[in-house]
Amino acid sequence: MNAHAEEHFAGSNRLFISIWIWLVVLTLIEIFLAYKPMGLVFMLTILLGLSIIKAALIVAYFMHLKFERLSLILTLVPMLVICICLLFAFFPDSFRSAGLRYQFKEAPPVAPPPVEEP
Amino acid sequence: MWLFIVSDSLTFSALLIGYSYLRASNVWPTPFPFYPSIVFASVMTFCLLSSSLTMVFGVSASSKGDKAKARKWIVATIVFGTAFIVLHLIEWNHLMHQGLRPFYLPESWVQAFTTTDGVPPSPLFGATFFAITGLHMFHVATGVIYLAVVTARIKKLKHEDVEISGLYWHFVDLVWMFVFPLIYIMSVDIGGHLPH
Repeated sequence: MNAHAEEHFAGSNRLFISIWIWLVVLTLIEIFLAYKPMGLVFMLTILLGLSIIKAALIVAYFMHLKFERLSLILTLVPMLVICICLLFAFFPDSFRSAGLRYQFKEAPPVAPPPVEEP
Repeated sequence: MWLFIVSDSLTFSALLIGYSYLRASNVWPTPFPFYPSIVFASVMTFCLLSSSLTMVFGVSASSKGDKAKARKWIVATIVFGTAFIVLHLIEWNHLMHQGLRPFYLPESWVQAFTTTDGVPPSPLFGATFFAITGLHMFHVATGVIYLAVVTARIKKLKHEDVEISGLYWHFVDLVWMFVFPLIYIMSVDIGGHLPH
């Protein structure tokens, strides 16, 4: 990838196998958690946390980013994180439309009142 | 390749966040039984993780100039990738046999997941499921073809070319690390709503 392509690929096979074992173990924890009754938000937080750890392991070791120059890491990672966080701006609207749906369903026999134009 | 990976991860984030948006604003079915769905998805995850490991070994061998060994490891990666696609198609086939379509749910799912207020589950389950897993499967299939070309021409390629194909393959694995919990684990039929 970089100018040091002639150098040996950093990281031993033992390291890569241990990363792989970690990834498999974290996946098994996720499957185990699927059958534990718990709150949706709590479960989502744990699952996303585990996923981010797994993604970080893959990017850092398998994709070799840990052994690249710091400037490459700083170019790629913060920008991606900020862009993904910006997408979360949609969620208040999602929760709002869920609320609208249930209010409508609470009084099904009555026709909805005519909307007054402002 | 890094720029492609960043832009492609934004594509997948947008799809997953669109899915989460729909899920949060609708009644959402959670239909996956332990067998076949979760077992298949777990074995598929295992296949992809192992394929990443073999790809790392391939790139490592290539960096030492051992092209023959690199080729063997990359062929192993292709085998795992193909196994993933085959298992995933079988899993899709199960769901389509039950009657899942991009814009329709199977009748039994509608009955099982309609709330006590009478709100039916969103038929968009199939659309999000097939779109996200389908796009991911397309990436895996593309990766298998890419790696097949790399193995065929490995004697002529530089080490950098092999390493870049490895980056693509690990990225496909990485995306699955988010798709698997969000699509599969979050949709497990814990309450036993459906007779399986």
